[in-house]
Amino acid sequence: MESVAQLLEKIPKYDALPETISALMPILASSVILFAMLALAVLFMVWLERKVSAHIQDRLGPMVVGGWHGWAQTIADALKLLLKEDIVPASVDRVLFKMAPFIVFLGAFAAYVVLPFGSSSFVTDLNIGILYIVAVSSLSVIGIIMAGWSSNNKYSLYGSMRAAAQIVSYEIPAAVAIMTVVLFTGSLSMVDIVRAQTGGIQNWFLFRNPFLFLAFVVYFIASLAEVNRTPFDLPEAESELVAGYHTEYSGMRFAFFFLAEYANMFLVASVATTLFLGGWTQAVPASIMPQIVPGPVVFFVKALILIFIQMWMRWSLPRLRVDQLMYINWKVLLPVSFALVLGAGWMATL
Amino acid sequence: MLTYFRNIGQGIMTIVSSMAIAGRHLFTPSVTLQYPKEKWLLPERSRMRLMNKIEDCIGCGQCARSCPTECILVKTEKRGKEEAPVFASDGTAKKLRTYVFDIDMALCCYCGLCTFACPTQCLIMTGEYEYSVYDKDEHIYHFAAEKPLTVAGESRQNPPEG
Amino acid sequence: MEVDYSGDIMTLNMGPQHPSTHGVLRLELKTDGEIVADAVPHIGYLHRCFEKHVENVDYAGVVPFTDRMDYCAAMNMELGYVLTVEKLMGIEVNNRVRCLRIIMAELSRIASHLIAAGTYGNDIGSFTPFLWCFRDRETILDFFEETSGARLLYNYNWIGGLMHDIKPGLEEKIIEFIDYFEPEVDNLNRLLSDNFIFIKRTAGVGILSPEQAVSYGVTGPNLRGSGVKFDVRREEPYLGYEDYEFDIPVGLGEHGPVGSCWDRYMVRIREVKESCKIVRQAVARLTPGDVREAVPKRIKPPAGEVYMRTECPRGELGYLLVSDGSLKPYRLKVKSPCFTVMSAFREVSRGAMIADVVSILGSFDIVLGEIDR
Repeated sequence: MESVAQLLEKIPKYDALPETISALMPILASSVILFAMLALAVLFMVWLERKVSAHIQDRLGPMVVGGWHGWAQTIADALKLLLKEDIVPASVDRVLFKMAPFIVFLGAFAAYVVLPFGSSSFVTDLNIGILYIVAVSSLSVIGIIMAGWSSNNKYSLYGSMRAAAQIVSYEIPAAVAIMTVVLFTGSLSMVDIVRAQTGGIQNWFLFRNPFLFLAFVVYFIASLAEVNRTPFDLPEAESELVAGYHTEYSGMRFAFFFLAEYANMFLVASVATTLFLGGWTQAVPASIMPQIVPGPVVFFVKALILIFIQMWMRWSLPRLRVDQLMYINWKVLLPVSFALVLGAGWMATL
Repeated sequence: MLTYFRNIGQGIMTIVSSMAIAGRHLFTPSVTLQYPKEKWLLPERSRMRLMNKIEDCIGCGQCARSCPTECILVKTEKRGKEEAPVFASDGTAKKLRTYVFDIDMALCCYCGLCTFACPTQCLIMTGEYEYSVYDKDEHIYHFAAEKPLTVAGESRQNPPEG
Repeated sequence: MEVDYSGDIMTLNMGPQHPSTHGVLRLELKTDGEIVADAVPHIGYLHRCFEKHVENVDYAGVVPFTDRMDYCAAMNMELGYVLTVEKLMGIEVNNRVRCLRIIMAELSRIASHLIAAGTYGNDIGSFTPFLWCFRDRETILDFFEETSGARLLYNYNWIGGLMHDIKPGLEEKIIEFIDYFEPEVDNLNRLLSDNFIFIKRTAGVGILSPEQAVSYGVTGPNLRGSGVKFDVRREEPYLGYEDYEFDIPVGLGEHGPVGSCWDRYMVRIREVKESCKIVRQAVARLTPGDVREAVPKRIKPPAGEVYMRTECPRGELGYLLVSDGSLKPYRLKVKSPCFTVMSAFREVSRGAMIADVVSILGSFDIVLGEIDR
């Protein structure tokens, strides 16, 4: 936020603004910038997802809108969703039904505050950064339950109950896997975690030691479940629950669910990038090659690689069943993550 | 305990092999045809819209009788003795004047039985498949070219255009 | 399995408009949480009065209607009907017609099983196999279109012959396709069938024991998936199937008990390979001949009653034809394989989970057009 505040001060007559407004301006500007960036990233990710799925399935995907490989297709779709009629079914709980998509989105969006995209491009550096992300991103569960309950649809209810159970359960191995990194940095601040990994690829936590590598794997699997991606897409399992908790939604409200889903995907990829892949730092140490590429670009490339793997998994794997989902969480991921904390703690004390 | 680890191992192995084969398809050429720009080359036997070359039609009504969905309506009358004889292109005398030959393509089941029943091969299925319309009635194609001399069939509308 | 259903029971109507009911089937599920206490299938949403309708259509005109029963395997549907009428009329077709009918029927079986495998993957949550299967199915449909002119509802088998002879050179194309296709099946296996998640989702789920299968009158791949080696092509050969060399794959229960969803699915995948074998042999046996040689000028069977059964991709398809000697059938009763397997659905799915219901339904591979007719 400091860098945003400095930018704002370059605006002529910015000093003339009243104190209350100039105090709010950096917050507002950061939110707008973050939202714009997120919206763009989501549009790109939706397009990428379509292309990846299409090519895995020997199709081409969107090819017409915008010319080159249908790059404008998602923009057109987003416009369509925003312009559609806002349908609220007759028998829903109107207040909850209308609020739910925004709360789901809020949970995803609020976590972006502490993500360090570059050495100076972050909104704020909380000293409990990673804990804040873990806490805030589970907010969306409330929104999902609201959506499922208020829709007055049995499929929505099933979807939301599954989602709640799944997200809450998988928080645990994800958080424990994160703790392995914290053991090494001794700090919960996202910026400190990245700074601890500077100096080339060998300093990334992913390649520091085998425990951290496995912790990355555990976090990646758990994060897939947290964002409801295949093979853990039970809450919106099309063949069973039609569309899960957003069955009754259409138009703009559906678009917000969609946005939240992809924002969550990007969030977990960003967290994994920050924790394990060195955030904005480049693979080649600065002593060998000067750092020409801006930090945010490096960050985005790393995050996109992880997102690509998420998509690749989605279009190759079938879906798990509810009991198997819980089996993997409680009987596989959780013991493994505890063992990893022990191992990593031992390594950190060496 | 052993099965527990074996299951985990097997799960990871098969997931990786599934992803490998899916990933390989990222680089295989796609089979999509960009429809309005590129079009399928239809084989000559394609059974799409029915077409009647009315000048060859002798009005025998075999097609209407063989149609399982009764989508063909043929109305004929005898030509008068004094009229000049009319022949189809294969030399069959057209003893009947066909004043109604309507095919309702919305009813047609594209089985092609009528084309085999036709003795002069004037009723054929063409390769034309892009003929969606806004009104169901526009799917009724009127092929008859001649007007009846008797009043029997005059209540029916004549086609607005070919 | 004993489950205590004393909790609150919620009725969940799955269908008639639901992504995985394969058409317009309604399943009335009594659910206790994720567990299904009872699943009652309601059919009839696609009823088109087929049996009554054909009593008003002449014999040749029935064939297009049989196409529309099981639209995924129209070639096999019409084959069963024309064989029935030919049996009643005592028509003998020549070797070329017999071989071509076998080629088309087996290609149609491959196409149908591809749909079954693809949509089953879709039911389990894997979307890619669906498109891969459809890609290969398109090639088969291309052959059908080149030969008969239609891609889905062919009206290709006529009483006493075939609509058209195949185009010269199609035999080579078919063999070329089979050569390409057989390794593709292994690719599908690696993507879906051998995937651990897929096995966990299907093996041990929806077990139909051999005794149950026989007592419910289940036929086709569903019966063979339960380990009963029964195939009409072997038991009561028609079209000279007795001269062909092919295996009858049965469910072996590699993963869990015999008769699970995985067994039924795998039987279809193995059958595809057997069909490839039959097509190869049939192409080798093609002799020149006129395909419309035995087509009668006027189809007027003698008064009588005849029953003929054939092995269609979904099981044993029987036609009971009663003729009163007129130009139209007096009565035509269809013994539908999907209908019989649906009767076993309730018992098999009791005590399963919601996701398993979808899995069981997909493994039965039903086509509602044929159940409801």
